[in-house]
Amino acid sequence: MRTARLIGTLAACAALAVAAGCGGDDEPEGGGGAASGGADTGETITMWTRAATQTQSERLVKAYNASHKNQVELTVIPTDNYQARVAAAAGGKNLPDVFASDVIYAPNYTSQGLYLDITDRIDALEFADSLAPAHMRLGTYEDAKYTVPHTLDLSVLFYNKDLYKKAGLDPETPPTTLNEFAEHARTIREKVGGKTYGTFFGGNCPGCFVFTFWPSVWAAGGDIMNEDGTESTIDDPNMAATFQLYNDLVKDDVVFPGYKTEAGPTWTGFFGKGNIGVMPMPSTTLGLMPKDMDIGVAPIPGPDGGESTFVGGDVVGISSTTEKADAAWDFVSWTLSEEAQVEILAKNKDVVGRTDLADNKYSAEDERVVTINELVEKGETPYSLNFGATYNDPTGPWLKVARDAVFGDDVQGALSSGKESITASLAQQ
Amino acid sequence: MSLGGGVSTAQARLERRPARLSLARRESLKGLGYSAPTAVIVGVFFLLPLVLVVWMSMNRWRILGSPTFNFPDNYTKIPDNQLFLDSVTFTLKYTAITTVLLSGIALALALSVQNQRPGVGLFRTAYFLPGAVGFAAASLLFYGFYSQTGPLDSILMDLGIADEPINWLGTPNAALFSTIGMVIWRFAGFNMLILLTGLQAIPTEVYEAARSDGASRWQTFRYITLPLLRSTIALMLVISITGSLLAFDQFFILTRGGPDGTTVSMVMVIFREGFTRFDLGSAAALSVLLLVVLVVLNVIQLRVLGRER
Repeated sequence: MRTARLIGTLAACAALAVAAGCGGDDEPEGGGGAASGGADTGETITMWTRAATQTQSERLVKAYNASHKNQVELTVIPTDNYQARVAAAAGGKNLPDVFASDVIYAPNYTSQGLYLDITDRIDALEFADSLAPAHMRLGTYEDAKYTVPHTLDLSVLFYNKDLYKKAGLDPETPPTTLNEFAEHARTIREKVGGKTYGTFFGGNCPGCFVFTFWPSVWAAGGDIMNEDGTESTIDDPNMAATFQLYNDLVKDDVVFPGYKTEAGPTWTGFFGKGNIGVMPMPSTTLGLMPKDMDIGVAPIPGPDGGESTFVGGDVVGISSTTEKADAAWDFVSWTLSEEAQVEILAKNKDVVGRTDLADNKYSAEDERVVTINELVEKGETPYSLNFGATYNDPTGPWLKVARDAVFGDDVQGALSSGKESITASLAQQ
Repeated sequence: MSLGGGVSTAQARLERRPARLSLARRESLKGLGYSAPTAVIVGVFFLLPLVLVVWMSMNRWRILGSPTFNFPDNYTKIPDNQLFLDSVTFTLKYTAITTVLLSGIALALALSVQNQRPGVGLFRTAYFLPGAVGFAAASLLFYGFYSQTGPLDSILMDLGIADEPINWLGTPNAALFSTIGMVIWRFAGFNMLILLTGLQAIPTEVYEAARSDGASRWQTFRYITLPLLRSTIALMLVISITGSLLAFDQFFILTRGGPDGTTVSMVMVIFREGFTRFDLGSAAALSVLLLVVLVVLNVIQLRVLGRER
């Protein structure tokens, strides 16, 4: 039954692709790639976004619709189905006028011509040089720009100031090295004890490892892959030092229980309960924390210093098959305006996609938001066409390597032997 | 006269023949007309997708981009796919354990509600009720039960059965048996229903004859119930084995293939090839292989079933 269903799905995709001539190699159509400036002419624009960034997309669309003649019809698609839906729609040339994408998967779409080349339109923006650099890098393919930042989600350290005080630590001095982070976590576990633990991480969640461990390597000047994302450099000494540090914390019972099976759905839910000292978290969860909880925010450091972040989130672009490119650009460019960035994103404690607006009237009220916004410039977003299958898929090679390293007895050995399987997956055609 | 009569008869025959032929043609056209809708449905929804999948498996078919013919590459690389090879072993192990446990429990349940007694309807309904829950919903429900914040651990600890939270999905065996537990909860009632129809088809006279011959309960079960239930059991096994070999939802939701990739089923690998790696050609080749194995398996099982009949 399930095979029949799967076969049906595959066949449906095939039928769509056959009917449409499977247009991967086709020249992008739909007008105005080279034109600049949008058009608010009362058009109806369709847009797709994934559920993970639904809130931000809905706020932007609502505000745009209220102030423009153009109207955006937003469709939110479950995150797990998003890639398959986009791919099937691309095969049938049924893509919406505008669609967002997890920034990690943007290269898969730009390389296949799903987005319209909007290089000239982007370059014409006064603030073009201030757009989040990591997001712009992944939205650029063969020197042409296809997407702009839509929503940003950064990994940062959250620390519980009340627990810091209880443990005799200075709540205004967050860790500046990963070793200090481990020291603080140990101190909290030792001094407060009971049901309070030093830290937490998603030990069965491949994406969580990427999001929270890799910044420590970047902070120390190392890297996890080569430039074009086809070869793993996972045996970098800073990666080994990071895993070793967490490995020791696990062995010393400093990590909040449940870390070994945490597959992702609930890994951000425990910090807000108040019995975890310090842990890497997504910046978008800051606004969801209990109001009465005194939380400090700090950049993720490297083993001996430095700071970095994983710049996650979504990019947005105009589909190559749209016939409403000017109206679509009117919306897309408006989402980057100071009005949208400050009055919609920053006002709701979201990270702005422009570095020139990092310090704005809302972030000034909360120094934690300034800390997060300033990291946008320093952070990284890794590039690889096989990123999802290698690093995000629980059946991919990365999760096994990460678990062997963090729970096993030989960190360096696990990373060295895992390097081969990861490279094989990255290089797979 | 007679000659003239013979000629006229022959003429009449000749005149009648086209009329008969056209009637036969009409009949056959009518038959074609009746069967055409079904033939079209079978062709469009069953045969065409199958042909497309086979064609897809002969091509390098990325979900984005143009397909290129590459037969037999998608098939020859299957032995190099270690994840798939491991998933075959795991799926067979899961199928064997699930089929034995599920069949045993379903048979016990069916026997317990075989005879009409006061309240038996309530039990039959209660056993069957989980079957009304969607499989994905049941998997999510048990994901909640098994999670650290779920109710199962606290109930067991309150009752003094467990001293500390149980790592339901934390080790390979725990993850396998926790999933099997959910599958049994979801399907035991349905399999019980299949067996119950078989049990109720056994004439009561046979039991009465056995009883009057002095057969014990065990002898009645061993020599009357089981032999007469064999074709129903075979049917249940076909459904159970096929369903288990195609396991996907339960592992995709409950374990996501973990821990450490120890609970990856064959269909999960097909899903990964198709919708994570976007290599539809490779996914189609694995699907065709699985389809062939299932067809062979079902032919064998149905032959056994046919022989019993």
